[in-house]
Amino acid sequence: MSIKHGLLALLERGPMYGYQLRTEFESSTGSTWPLNVGQVYTTLTRLERDGLVRPVGEPDADGRQVYALTDEGRVEVTTWFTTPVTVKQRPRDELAIKLAMAVTTPGVDVAQVVQTQRSATLRTLQELTRLKSHADEITDAAWLLVLESMIFVAEAEVRWLDHCETKVARLVERRAQLSGTTSSPATAEGDITTDTHGGARR
Amino acid sequence: MNHNEPRAQPRTVPPANEERAVLSLEDVSRVHGSGPTMVTALHRVSLAVSAGELVAVMGPSGSGKSTLLHLAGGLDVATSGAVRVEGVDLAAQSKSDLARLRRRHVGYVFQDLNLVPSLTAVENVALPRELDGVRVRAARTEAMTALEEVGLSELADRFPDELSGGQQQRVAIARALIGPRRLMLADEPTGALDTESGEAVLRLLRSRCEAGAAGVLVTHEARHAAWADRVVFLRDGAMVDDTGRAAPAEALLGAGR
Repeated sequence: MSIKHGLLALLERGPMYGYQLRTEFESSTGSTWPLNVGQVYTTLTRLERDGLVRPVGEPDADGRQVYALTDEGRVEVTTWFTTPVTVKQRPRDELAIKLAMAVTTPGVDVAQVVQTQRSATLRTLQELTRLKSHADEITDAAWLLVLESMIFVAEAEVRWLDHCETKVARLVERRAQLSGTTSSPATAEGDITTDTHGGARR
Repeated sequence: MNHNEPRAQPRTVPPANEERAVLSLEDVSRVHGSGPTMVTALHRVSLAVSAGELVAVMGPSGSGKSTLLHLAGGLDVATSGAVRVEGVDLAAQSKSDLARLRRRHVGYVFQDLNLVPSLTAVENVALPRELDGVRVRAARTEAMTALEEVGLSELADRFPDELSGGQQQRVAIARALIGPRRLMLADEPTGALDTESGEAVLRLLRSRCEAGAAGVLVTHEARHAAWADRVVFLRDGAMVDDTGRAAPAEALLGAGR
């Protein structure tokens, strides 16, 4: 979805070769989503079929074809820019599914699943922050916007993980309370653990 | 700096990276009370921070973040384990030696209550040096240099309430690192600031560490912790995870930029 509209938006600046489109796409997004030329040409073929772009003139000596936006294509770009991205359009969130499964699968240490993910996301956040700290406010403006978008998404994920951790801890407590009233061995075991801890640190 | 050798104790293994850690916590625990009311604030935590390194400590409230920072700065005493600043074991110090060591080697940046309101920016920065016995004029010169390093030399004669929150924090950072001090302990230093000023403070912490300081940053904000070289996670007083030294940024995006 984003490649199609990304290419259309680039053609709004003027007619371009497929190869140029690829270069421009990557430089605007800081190579965040690397494209191969094949993807660009497949997309252009589809856009031409849908009447959103048209070839301009004949291919040059190297077989390179220039493409331009059609009027319909221009409308499509405007619509894209003025329409919000809905949650439905985004791919399924594997992490949310994984955690939902973890909570309901017996024997899974949910806190550990959360922590493993949090460390990984923080590492990503560190790397993004390092890239950001080296970027130039003016010459890298487009790239910085993309980077910051990724930074805020990663941060939101960490906050959500914090939230999950709190919720899961409360859930475990509740479950323990419920089972604790019926089974005393669990309580006794807990006492032993506490004692050992205290002794070890004396 | 070596006026106080640690007492006769088994020599501990130096940090793996060979360069001596500015701050090291070895198997440190802090327990409050005893018996049934005993609370373990920190449980067997080990951490080494070298010159040039910024380490962030994250964890929910009550996880031991502040305890760790207080122990590192000698404001609290470990129940077991060793805390060393510039190689000196804090537990082996007399009260007055500890106070001197704290003043000479450790700088603090807190969320607020950082600056003395009746002193100008430059006087605030010079204060710890004057307490060290450095002459007023010399201390002021050092303070001006420190303010220059945080980009605030033009505001040197302003009082704290004439500075923005972000500027006040930068003065606090200048003060934390004046003189021979190179251990900076920061507790939520961006707390009350908007995102832009908060980021400026973090950039500054980062650059002061790159210039040779060792920093520990306590925060609950992932976006802030991400400015550190390494992030450690505390939960219920124990260190549960560590991001390790970061991989090169290029690894993240595949194709180099």
